[in-house]
Amino acid sequence: MDDLRPVATAGQSYTFGYLDDQTKRMIRRALLKAVAIPGYQVPFASREMPMPYGWGTGGVQVTAACLTPEDCLKVIDQGADDTTNAVSIRKFFERVAGVATTERTPEASVIQTRHRVPETPLREDQILVYQVPIPEPLRFLEPRETEARKMHALEEYGLMHVKLYEDIARHGHIATSYAYPVKVEGRYVMDPSPIPKFDNPKLESPALQLFGAGREQRIYALPPHTRVVSLDFEDHPFEPSKADHPCALCGAEDSYLDEVITDDSGTRMYVCSDTDYCATRRDQIATTATGDRA
Amino acid sequence: MVLRHLRARARCAGPGHAVTPLLDVRGIGKRYGSRLGCTGVSFDLWPGEVMGIVGESGSGKSTLLGCLSGHLAPDEGQVIFDTRDRGPVDTLGLSEPERRMLGRTDWAFVHQNPRDGLRMGISAGGNVGERLMAVGQRHYGAIRAEATDWLGRVEIAGDRIDDRPRDFSGGMQQRLQIARNLVTGPRLVFMDEPTGGLDVSVQARLLDLVRGLVREMGLSAVVVTHDLAVVRLLADRLMVMKDGRVVEAGLTDQVLDDPQDAYTQLLVSSVLQV
Repeated sequence: MDDLRPVATAGQSYTFGYLDDQTKRMIRRALLKAVAIPGYQVPFASREMPMPYGWGTGGVQVTAACLTPEDCLKVIDQGADDTTNAVSIRKFFERVAGVATTERTPEASVIQTRHRVPETPLREDQILVYQVPIPEPLRFLEPRETEARKMHALEEYGLMHVKLYEDIARHGHIATSYAYPVKVEGRYVMDPSPIPKFDNPKLESPALQLFGAGREQRIYALPPHTRVVSLDFEDHPFEPSKADHPCALCGAEDSYLDEVITDDSGTRMYVCSDTDYCATRRDQIATTATGDRA
Repeated sequence: MVLRHLRARARCAGPGHAVTPLLDVRGIGKRYGSRLGCTGVSFDLWPGEVMGIVGESGSGKSTLLGCLSGHLAPDEGQVIFDTRDRGPVDTLGLSEPERRMLGRTDWAFVHQNPRDGLRMGISAGGNVGERLMAVGQRHYGAIRAEATDWLGRVEIAGDRIDDRPRDFSGGMQQRLQIARNLVTGPRLVFMDEPTGGLDVSVQARLLDLVRGLVREMGLSAVVVTHDLAVVRLLADRLMVMKDGRVVEAGLTDQVLDDPQDAYTQLLVSSVLQV
């Protein structure tokens, strides 16, 4: 039970990447359709995975369908590589696919992420897989799924702006700070999964971006260099926001920050949410400092 | 027979510049299995005219209104609407996107129960602004100004703009629903028992308000009600329905003061006098 060697070397017969080949074909067909119609939610027959819903079953299935033995996998949970979700999914693929894993963004060929886009710019040879809890951006505005689909089909997205209107009326500004709705290639309105709106501009990327929602059984995609526009009003334009501090560890001023409360009297520090970005920067600073001394 | 007479009269008496009716309904019929919803209903509606449809419960009024407004698919007949860009078009033959577009621009539907026509969890301003945003308005300040203006026109205080309709009284909800529907300047309004469930003094204010708006905006309207006082106040013309058929039609005062059909006579004499 505690044998965590890759199953192939452990002498058992196991399909590469856990899913059976028919399932992978089914998911790849859905992925192809999703790439062909950017932002459109493609239904797929989501499988039971050995982890609970809400832990990234959709993302895991998409990753499993994309992985090849040569791939190098990185898993992000809220920007971090060392939290429960990231560690267990990384271990899962080390075991069932035997692929190489990394915490360094530039080294990875497939990156599965929950709630963040890496700070390091992505390349054309990388795939970013998002875990999506609720793929339907109209869900809490229009409770009928049939009607929501009709609204997508007929491009009736006025209701999306009603939500933003309510934000401004109540808070004086657009208070939606994560899962901020975007319009893809001037056609489909899409929920970018619960990434902070700070990450929205990064959705226009050279990398292929795939979104998997396991419980909701939907897959959607952003092909490389797809036009992604965050919804807004003419007099209340979209603003990617972050805490107005530099990172307390690496001093970065351009990265998204987590607020960490450090004692009972409310002292707090702001640190990069992307642990790899922060660590790399600290290494560079250390190297430069040593270099200066030498 | 009466109808033909009426059409001829409307053509002579109607607004001089209008050469085609706004709405031309021909032989609408709808069955629910073997039961009759309504059958053989035809009438013209001219710009600026209000048509009342009265009858008892189950007489096919609401079925007819559903067929006209596109909420129900009739089994037979035509609903020809004089569109802005293409002239008279049979709306039953329109594609769904076109019909829905019509439904949020030139047409409006006021439900009997405001809960059916409002989004109860969204502020009054958002409710009024929804149609504007649905047709592409993307300037928050402009949407808000328009919403404030419309709340004023339906006599809702400006400081209630950020309150949700569930905090409003029944009469206010109904007025909010009317504002939400009229904000895009529709040309044709369907109303299903607009004063149902309101007490008489609120009814009177609402009717007064609707009458004012109809005159001011030059709206055409089809009003379904079982309340003869409502049609007396609002409607220029009247159709009386019984068992899915139109039994009598004519100018409102004419029908109510000198009913010809036996059922209409019964209906008129059934009204309680205080």
